[in-house]
Amino acid sequence: MRFYDLIFLALSTLIRYPLRTIMLLVATSIGVMAVILLTAVGEGARDYITGEFRDMGTNLIIVIPGKNETSGGGSPVDLAGVTPRDLTIEDAISLRKIDGVKNIAPIVIGETSAQFNGLERNVPIIGSTQSFLSVRKWEMETGMFLPGSTLERSPPVCVIGKEVEKELFGASNAIGQWLRLGDRRCRVTGIIGTEGRAVGIDVQKLVVIPVSLATALFNRPSLFRIAVEAENRLVSDQIIKDMKKILKKRHRGKEDFTVIRQDAVMASFDNIFNVLTMALGSIASISLFVAGILIMNVMLVAVSQRQSEIGLLKAIGAKNKQINQLFITEAILLSGSGAILGLILGHSITQVLKISFPTFNFLPPLWASYVSLIVALMSGVIFGLLPARRASKLDPVIALSGNK
Amino acid sequence: MIRIENLSRQFEVGNQIVRALDDIDLEITKGEYISIMGVSGSGKSTLLNILGLLDTPTKGDYILSGINTSEMNDDEMAHIRSTKIGFVFQSFHLIPRLTAAENIEMPMVLAGIKPKDRQEKVEIALSHVSLNDRADHKPEQLSGGQRQRVAIARSIVMEPDVLLADEPTGNLDSTSGIEIVRLIEDLNKAGLTLILVTHDRKMGNRSDRLIRLLDGKIIKDDTK
Repeated sequence: MRFYDLIFLALSTLIRYPLRTIMLLVATSIGVMAVILLTAVGEGARDYITGEFRDMGTNLIIVIPGKNETSGGGSPVDLAGVTPRDLTIEDAISLRKIDGVKNIAPIVIGETSAQFNGLERNVPIIGSTQSFLSVRKWEMETGMFLPGSTLERSPPVCVIGKEVEKELFGASNAIGQWLRLGDRRCRVTGIIGTEGRAVGIDVQKLVVIPVSLATALFNRPSLFRIAVEAENRLVSDQIIKDMKKILKKRHRGKEDFTVIRQDAVMASFDNIFNVLTMALGSIASISLFVAGILIMNVMLVAVSQRQSEIGLLKAIGAKNKQINQLFITEAILLSGSGAILGLILGHSITQVLKISFPTFNFLPPLWASYVSLIVALMSGVIFGLLPARRASKLDPVIALSGNK
Repeated sequence: MIRIENLSRQFEVGNQIVRALDDIDLEITKGEYISIMGVSGSGKSTLLNILGLLDTPTKGDYILSGINTSEMNDDEMAHIRSTKIGFVFQSFHLIPRLTAAENIEMPMVLAGIKPKDRQEKVEIALSHVSLNDRADHKPEQLSGGQRQRVAIARSIVMEPDVLLADEPTGNLDSTSGIEIVRLIEDLNKAGLTLILVTHDRKMGNRSDRLIRLLDGKIIKDDTK
């Protein structure tokens, strides 16, 4: 039998039973669509998270107090159960002398009440330096960020997010006004224009103050972390070595801190989300196998219904292999057409989602289209085999009589 | 052309063995017109199925055009069915989703013949059964007699050596039945071996040779 005859015969059967064909097409297309949509969500999440990190700069090195490691009973300090030293402003200052360091931003985090003109609300506080603006790649809406003063001492100033401005200052101009933070006062010098989140906090709800003011405000000398921006990625490794050397020396020979590279974190997240996307795609692929089982069931019924036709085909010279091919072609056409329909639907819906949620980039990966198409076709072949085999093995005499 | 020697066909029904054909011998020469008659269960359909290679004997030999079919596998038998045997059934067995022309074309499709060659043969077959104007009609758009004529056209399109007709007029009114009988008799006159299974005595008497079966045995074999 020629290929185009095979396709024509299979197509004519599918057209002859439109309801059955449509149901099977829908089942397969839903499976493929699920793969496309779920992987688009996974990929979108990956893009969003890595984008957030990218915004913070890929040349960023972060020092965090403490270190997760197993220690032995060698050192008397360990035996005494001494807790690691905190990171301090002095630690941050000591890192300034390292070659290749562009900016250093010590970070203190806390929460306190902010008051202005009788209005009060709790606000998250970030204590840092002028460098924080460039490290975080923020932009100012109006006014100025923190002044470039020394780390140890700074004037009592602050910059606030737009929501803080709106809630506490209303229509009046916030810049130049004195804002009370806990038991301290600071003069507002600027409004942050950037939207999004910084260290898990909504930037628009934030108040940023000099680091020395923050340590005084929270009565806590320890830093949340130190962000160091390298001049370029090439010097990052050397900077990390120097940082470890300096901080270890300052911490009495103990490496009780963790240094992480922003790009390494980003790569880790990238990997995690890639695995997550693949896992989502795999879960959705199960629905393709369910669709395959549906195709198998429907085709098994079709074999019973079309016994007489199978008997006739055998009587007029069809070989078992040809009957087999005919049924498998029908299964492949069904699963293939369903997959293409699913791809069209899946990609169309992701486009609609992109327009509806512009901040989240729904991005179905290219592999998802290929894999879902291949899985759908494989499922068609695998689940078409049993009905095809049953049809080809039918006894022509019994088939012609229409008896089971 | 056809030689059957000591042929038996048994079926197991529960614990019982039913002898549908019991040690029969038969020889049919090219161009013969034979009717096989008998009561229901006498073995005539089983004999026709074996002659058409749709079924295989339990014992004995069936030699068709010098080839012993007992040693053939499924594919070889399918090839013989495709090239040497034509079937006409009581219930027409047309594929409902295909047109008359496409139904007639089907044996050639299975044989892998090129579309251009098929087209020509379909037209010839259609003209044999005087249905050129119904080529594009689906079976549901045709009368019973027309459907059977399409089935006859399909059975001769591969130019077989033998035509096996199983109650070809069983589902037709008398006028259509006569037309169909005349049509297949014309094919026989043109040289085609015709083996007809029928209950109809009148139709059986039209043939050159009448074989009667009872309980799987040939009880009468008369030649005019």
